[in-house]
Amino acid sequence: MEKPGIWKDKILPVLTVILAILVIWHVFVVILNAPFERDQAARAGTVITFSEIVPKTFVQERPVLPAPHQIVAELWDTTFNKAITSKRSLVYHAWVTLSATLLGFVIGTALGILLAIGIVHNRAIDRSLMPWVIASQTIPIIAIAPMVIVVLNSIGISGLLPKALISTYLSFFPVVVGMVKGLRSPDTLYLDLMHTYNASQSQTFWKLRWPASMPFLFTSLKVAIAISLVGAIVGELPTGAVAGLGARLLSGSYYGQTTQIWAALFMAAALAAVLVSIVGVAHSMVLKRMGVKP
Amino acid sequence: MNGYLVFAVVFWIASWFVNEWLVRQKFANAAVDRAARLVVPLLFGVTLLVIWECVVRGFQIPQILLPAPSAIWAKLISSIPTLAADFRQTFLKAVITGFVLGSGLGFVVAVLIDRSPFLQKGLLPIGNFVSALPIVGVAPIMVMWFGFDWQSKVAVVVIMTFFPMLVNTVQGLAAASHMERDLMRTYAASWWQTLVKLRLPAAAPFIFNALKINSTLALIGAIVAEFFGTPIVGMGFRISTEVGRANIDMVWAEIAVAALAGSAFYGAVALVERAVTFWHPSVRGGRA
Repeated sequence: MEKPGIWKDKILPVLTVILAILVIWHVFVVILNAPFERDQAARAGTVITFSEIVPKTFVQERPVLPAPHQIVAELWDTTFNKAITSKRSLVYHAWVTLSATLLGFVIGTALGILLAIGIVHNRAIDRSLMPWVIASQTIPIIAIAPMVIVVLNSIGISGLLPKALISTYLSFFPVVVGMVKGLRSPDTLYLDLMHTYNASQSQTFWKLRWPASMPFLFTSLKVAIAISLVGAIVGELPTGAVAGLGARLLSGSYYGQTTQIWAALFMAAALAAVLVSIVGVAHSMVLKRMGVKP
Repeated sequence: MNGYLVFAVVFWIASWFVNEWLVRQKFANAAVDRAARLVVPLLFGVTLLVIWECVVRGFQIPQILLPAPSAIWAKLISSIPTLAADFRQTFLKAVITGFVLGSGLGFVVAVLIDRSPFLQKGLLPIGNFVSALPIVGVAPIMVMWFGFDWQSKVAVVVIMTFFPMLVNTVQGLAAASHMERDLMRTYAASWWQTLVKLRLPAAAPFIFNALKINSTLALIGAIVAEFFGTPIVGMGFRISTEVGRANIDMVWAEIAVAALAGSAFYGAVALVERAVTFWHPSVRGGRA
């Protein structure tokens, strides 16, 4: 592929769509925020024309839909103009959420891989556990988040761990399902070859099954890290808005600070994008080292 | 020594051995074989419940931390009217409406942009990106816009289910191979005919994949949105308030209902999938 191809095939369409979204956004800023201005004008007893309303809708204190530049300003203000340790810094809240996400993700991945190994090597575990693992994916696990937090709090465990546990729980299942598929992905042909080499079970595992499962593992890891971020955010809701992006969302919704909600939302989106792309980079690096052609 | 704990351990070991024995058997009768396949996971589930019950009784874990399954069942039976009202509010109103609207919208948009490769290239990366975002975060905004009642939950569910459907349908519509499309061309089939007779059926597995993902997402979205504000009815509302009032058994009963509803919903989608995509290799058999 040459450079112009990438420009025309990838960047230009995406930019166009983003531009269209921004335009629609600005239109909706006017539509959604205008009633408030009309109301204000009616109360003051003045007549307000449409051309007067438009600029006002972009600078409201508590807009129904904040304009993009307001969100950027809020993001900039809370990210760079506040000390990182301050409770008003978005970086501080993002870090709280991120640490819970990562801890949960690591525990969940480790548990998931272990369970997948068990499932692949033992038929009884496979038959009895696998249906439940699949069924558990259809259950809104997130519903138990508040209970886990409160119950763990009441036996003295608070702070990072309860949130991380919810992330663990959520990230655990994609990893199990993906790893079971991956560890089973080698052909009978390869397995027979290992057999003719008189390979032990651990040799077969480390030299054949484990490498073969890598693409599956990383695909599940991308899902897992995204969902553990969701878990951490939801886990922050019931503790009563102490710290973290979820707390930011909740306090924003209590006090009608729409800009704050949107800023937290964008921060969460950025966090998710960075995390997923880190996993993506690790994925392609591992595959490259294993000799897979890009 | 505590009788309950001993019983739990004995029951666990016994069921473990029964399962080990069952998976090694090859029954001549096909029906018995299928029954055996069903019994293994069921026995595992029952074992978990027995261990749970015995551990709670054996260690005398207070009700407020972890109620026994029997206590949860009793609560479930005694508060069916409340649970039914919550189910109606959250599941029948918010989840179903949002699921239908969101999936339908995603499908329609995917078909609309099918003729424009430019829009596809623009929307697909964004759709993929948005699918990875913590979309439940829009819940407080939707509650502000659409009020406390179920309409705001529908909005959250629509946003959550839209993108998986869009991405999967676009992929699915590209799934029919060139050979088959060329064949349709030799038949002088119009774009619509090709779409209805070839490409939509070929896309069905992808579409049902999205529907399955969405069935779970929809329930999660509706429940989480209720944490942000709701009238005094609804599953998410009940969970968060009963946690606050330390009625943990009621919370578990609500979770049991949510789990049942979620599994039934997923199962219904899977059944329809089997009926519609009967030609697909994964349905037709060829068990590994």
